[in-house]
Amino acid sequence: MGSFFTPLSWNDSGFILTGVMNTITISLVAIIAGTLLGLVVGFIRSEANKAANTALGAVLDILRSVPLIIQLILFTTYIGAMGHPLDPFVAGSIVLSLYTMAFMAEVFRGGFDSVHGSMITAARSLGMTYWQAVRYVQFPISLRAIFPSWLGVALSVIKDSALVSVIGYMELLRTSEQLISRTQQPLEILIGVGVFYFIISYPLSLYGKYVERKMAV
Amino acid sequence: MISIQNVRKSFGDLEVLKGISLDVNKGEVLSIIGGSGSGKSTLLYCINAIETIQSGKIIVDDIDVHNPSTNQDKLRQKLGMVFQQWNSFPHLTVLENAALAPRIVKGLSKDEALSIAEKELIHVGLGDKFDMYPTKMSGGQQQRLAIARALAMKPDYMLFDEITSALDPELVGEVLDTLRMLREDGMTMICVTHEIAFARDVSDNVAFFNQGVIEEMGTPDQVINNPQKETTRKFLSKVLS
Amino acid sequence: MNYEFHWNTVFQHMPEMLMGAFVTLHVSVLSMLIGIVLAVLLAIVKMNNIKPFSYLATTWVEIARNTPALFQIYMAYFGLGALGIHLSPYIAVLSALVFVNTGYLVETFRGGFQSIPATQYHASKSLGMNSFQVYRYVILPQMFRRIYHPMTNQFVWSILMSSLGILVGMNELSGETQRLQSLSFRTLEYFIVAACLYYLITKLVLFSAGLASKKLFKGEI
Repeated sequence: MGSFFTPLSWNDSGFILTGVMNTITISLVAIIAGTLLGLVVGFIRSEANKAANTALGAVLDILRSVPLIIQLILFTTYIGAMGHPLDPFVAGSIVLSLYTMAFMAEVFRGGFDSVHGSMITAARSLGMTYWQAVRYVQFPISLRAIFPSWLGVALSVIKDSALVSVIGYMELLRTSEQLISRTQQPLEILIGVGVFYFIISYPLSLYGKYVERKMAV
Repeated sequence: MISIQNVRKSFGDLEVLKGISLDVNKGEVLSIIGGSGSGKSTLLYCINAIETIQSGKIIVDDIDVHNPSTNQDKLRQKLGMVFQQWNSFPHLTVLENAALAPRIVKGLSKDEALSIAEKELIHVGLGDKFDMYPTKMSGGQQQRLAIARALAMKPDYMLFDEITSALDPELVGEVLDTLRMLREDGMTMICVTHEIAFARDVSDNVAFFNQGVIEEMGTPDQVINNPQKETTRKFLSKVLS
Repeated sequence: MNYEFHWNTVFQHMPEMLMGAFVTLHVSVLSMLIGIVLAVLLAIVKMNNIKPFSYLATTWVEIARNTPALFQIYMAYFGLGALGIHLSPYIAVLSALVFVNTGYLVETFRGGFQSIPATQYHASKSLGMNSFQVYRYVILPQMFRRIYHPMTNQFVWSILMSSLGILVGMNELSGETQRLQSLSFRTLEYFIVAACLYYLITKLVLFSAGLASKKLFKGEI
């Protein structure tokens, strides 16, 4: 008896691999862009006056207080309504990067604030300019201290990237959704997806814990 | 009376008490001096049953501390202890710190517990700090709170474990004065201390511990002013210089 | 800008949106309460190394922390469905949130517990307290303060993640928004209102939590 559904086969591996690669690609894009933007915004937050800080803080706060899935839907609907629809990869990258930035900015800000003013004063007393003190004293000290938190945000971005499937980007989860509807084997496929995320995330989280422990000593 | 009879205590392969025997009678003050790692603090922990012992006996008023049938929680009510780190309870006010144990351990009413706590706090000079939180106070004040908290349980004995070692120098005086006051009150005390002058002034007996044994014990005049052993002389010359 | 906003339809359906917001809060609160109970049990099992349950605890924690929430919801809804266990969208989302909350809270509780110095235990013991009293009056009150803030964050996270209910047809705020917008295709308007509601809910939660903490915690740690 012929069936409408066809089981999972080796022919699907290319399709799955595309999903895997796309998940990795968009995660990397968001982590890199989010880190760079977060670094700049976090530095401004740490140095700027109160008014600028409040305004900037409010924007970041909104990005952190509205679910990512709503942000994705809103953004794509908005640019669609404006008559300039974007490729799902581009739209997803923009939203995910801004979302990542909102968390990274607070991580960096916390790191910069934790470097005591006396260290900057000491550096300036040695004749360094403001930017030299920032470049050679404030950045190196704070960046080392925040590494575990940075890694934590990066890991959550990898997991959150699954949501970009909602706007049609063919990352791993959407790939598997399509396979599920064809094969009707949700359990096997979903477990495979879970294992993939776990294999990426678990070693990194262990490494983060290791670094944290080493720094605590 | 606290009677310590040939007590041995090891942490793994490391033997820190190698057969300690000494007696402290009611109303007496014993100071224990010695270098770090000499086992003097460990002995206090063993008297209070926070640490176990491998052999020997510790008897407090006819109670065998380390006998399995002894109710150690009950025993500890007889023995007040103050630690190097003041260990105030940061989530309670000064008054609540001192009233907690009388209320929950002795089962006193809230009013009774509070009035005992107030009395002991006034006694150690914290009468104006009842509603403060301990984290807002200096180390010396927190250490006096720890003393009042222990006294509120009306213990028969007080054990002091280097209670001035973690304090800034200018705060040591107020805490030692509190101990002198307790001596006037007739409290039986064992003080592990690095304050040699204090030990000389206040103690009935001084024991010098060295590597888990009592090297020398006697009156302050014998042990501190006229030490017989070379190790004691060396130690004293180091800490007194 | 050539898009004309029409807000009327959204305002007409505001009661349904608010009802959705209520379901969002409902499922989040429930997921936290169940998560806290399970996490306390797993944390005890893990800290005391009670085998074989401690293996279960570790596996639970690591899977919850290292896989996407979306994956967990799909597992509860589609994955279990394949095994013949058919959960309603509400129960599927609730189970997934409970699963993740538990995983994160176990570590929160463990960290909170380990941050209380052992000397607090000794000091309490030296006052004659028994072990139960030490925990009841000294350790747990201090621990609760330290985990209060991370627990609030976990609650906010639950609210935001419950929005994934939209993907399994749940009637919480996002799912309800999706259903309503499909009636009129005022997608943008509906989701803007939904975003505002989420923002308000999280602010409300954080504000109340801050207020409560001032009442609850007088001393400083």
